Amino acid sequence: MKSLTAETDKQRWEREVVEPTLKKSPERDIPFTTISGRPIERLYTSDDLAGLDYQRDINNPGEFPYTRGIHPTGYRGKLWTMRQFAGFGMPEETNERYKTLLKAGGTGLSVAFDLPTLMGRDPDHELSLGEVGKCGVSIVSLADMERLFDGIRLGDITTSMTINSPASMIFAMYLVVAEKQGADWSKLSGTIQNDILKEFIAQKEYIYPPRESMRLVTDVFAFCSKEVPRWNTVSVSGYHIREAGSTSLQELAFTLRDGIEYVQYGMDAGLDVDDFAPRISFFFNSHSDFFEEIAKFRAARRLWADVMRDRFGAKHERSWKLRFHTQTAGVSLTAQQPYNNVVRTALQALAAVLGGTNSLHTNSLDEALALPTAEAATLALRTQQVIAYESGVTNIVDPLGGSYFIERLTSDMEQGARDYFQTIDRLGGMVEAIEEGYPQREIAEASYKFQQAVEARDKIIVGVNDFVQEDEPPVPILYIDESTAEKQLSRLEQLRKTRDNDQVRRSLEALRETARGTGNTMYPLLDCVRAYATVGEMCDALRDVWGEYEEVPLI
Amino acid sequence: MRKIRVVIAKPGLDGHDRGAKVIARALRDAGMEVIYMGLRQTPEQIVGAALQEDADAIGLSILSGAHMHICPRVMELLKEKGLDDVMVVIGGIIPDVDIPKLRDIGIKGIFLPGTPMQHIITYINDNVRPRMEQV
Repeated sequence: MKSLTAETDKQRWEREVVEPTLKKSPERDIPFTTISGRPIERLYTSDDLAGLDYQRDINNPGEFPYTRGIHPTGYRGKLWTMRQFAGFGMPEETNERYKTLLKAGGTGLSVAFDLPTLMGRDPDHELSLGEVGKCGVSIVSLADMERLFDGIRLGDITTSMTINSPASMIFAMYLVVAEKQGADWSKLSGTIQNDILKEFIAQKEYIYPPRESMRLVTDVFAFCSKEVPRWNTVSVSGYHIREAGSTSLQELAFTLRDGIEYVQYGMDAGLDVDDFAPRISFFFNSHSDFFEEIAKFRAARRLWADVMRDRFGAKHERSWKLRFHTQTAGVSLTAQQPYNNVVRTALQALAAVLGGTNSLHTNSLDEALALPTAEAATLALRTQQVIAYESGVTNIVDPLGGSYFIERLTSDMEQGARDYFQTIDRLGGMVEAIEEGYPQREIAEASYKFQQAVEARDKIIVGVNDFVQEDEPPVPILYIDESTAEKQLSRLEQLRKTRDNDQVRRSLEALRETARGTGNTMYPLLDCVRAYATVGEMCDALRDVWGEYEEVPLI
Repeated sequence: MRKIRVVIAKPGLDGHDRGAKVIARALRDAGMEVIYMGLRQTPEQIVGAALQEDADAIGLSILSGAHMHICPRVMELLKEKGLDDVMVVIGGIIPDVDIPKLRDIGIKGIFLPGTPMQHIITYINDNVRPRMEQV
């Protein structure tokens, strides 16, 4: 029997080879840690994989637990969807940008809404002041949604819509536009983000209290399993958690734990897990620490497969497979020397591809300054195309599988996430953890630590705290003026004069009635949309019944 | 001498509060008294808090592009309440063309992405302290 103190080959190498070298030429005096602060050893060998079983823990692509990918043929069969998030100003302007992106070879649409739309406020609400059309496209009623997709056949493309608190309202609008175009709901495909948990945790675009918000989500699950079976009903998002300052591990853990919460609530609402779980998709950030991100994506697939099969007893393979979209890290972009952002984004995109992403958005170089110009957005798309068609990485499935380092890191990420699951389970679940402020505190702590590391120059950001350049030439930026607000206000006034306001009132009252009871909110919402009720009116109707959530501001 | 009192708030509809929270904490760790108001504060609420808390400075975090609506309103209300000596600084995504306009209405520090926390702390210390000593 091997003695417990027996020296491993790696330890021998450290002693015999490394130590003498260090005496002559020491390593650089910096912390060798990932961007999340995880210490990294100088070398990984087979010694680091003790206890790991290939079939059980890694396995081939397309085989449980899908660590190496959910498709047996990786990108040899189908490349990832190149889906560029876009939206600004008037629906007509955004419609034009979509047509440009599709013409440039984009393969799916992704809608960015402005803050009033995201927060369920009409342009004439006092809090909408200065926000209409600024961070995304302004959508007030079905009429705007018709303009947004004018000339785009919804039956032929897939659309992702980043909308959360008013997800059901916007989804209802999309369905009615599709219906008017003659498309069959049962064949429509796309995604609504509909992930309210990460709003409470990170992005803070919540309206209603957590439990009522969760009901809207499970209503969409139930509705889609009957009416729109190919639609992704939720995109469980780590992206915003990471942007808010979490570590890579926290992103992984909180996102998958959110996923667990949605499945639990769906089952508690009486749904069969295999009826809705296959339509749950995920959305991750790809940050700058190359290997840590790749390990995160691989660990996510392994964890989800295990959770779905063993924790929830899902029977269908489709319920076990984690599908995800990735966006490169907006927060890593710098206003200083913005062309450096092209390089950052390319590396982050490559990490996402090596991690097996199913769809990808690459950020534009000017996004620390403004919404992207058309030129910058096109270059971002070209970055994906260079990876897909020139780099050769798409010839092979999971090229990094079997790397001592990657496999060790994947297992460490998995274990770290399981520890977080335990803590959150002990708190009673994610809704309870959020009410207690637990994930919010963890993220705030991590973001402060990172900022301190940047200040101390333990972490270098090129062009920001090193290699600084004075007198940089400015890059062209997109400037959105106030004309959208003016136009949307006059359109809103016009709409209120021309629509059947009795019909609007009746449909909003039916929505309130359903909200007070237990019926599915999607059906009355579709009627509100058909009557041209506004996003603000529909959201207000539910505010009347459920009230609004307010967080306790903590630092 | 009493501590510098700073109100930190996020006006507008945006919920991205990472920057506001990091700065609030950095100012507190630097010995200031920080009143963190949190999200979706109207100009009226912010100025009301500055009055009630006897603030020396107000820090606004705006990333959404609504600054040209929110800042003038805050400055107007401060004047109305006789609080013109409260220093207002802003952090966020501010296009170059708007910077002179913000300075014209009396916004002092304008901190763009990538500004070191220490720079903001020093700026507030240097520009607020003399005012306090006059009192």
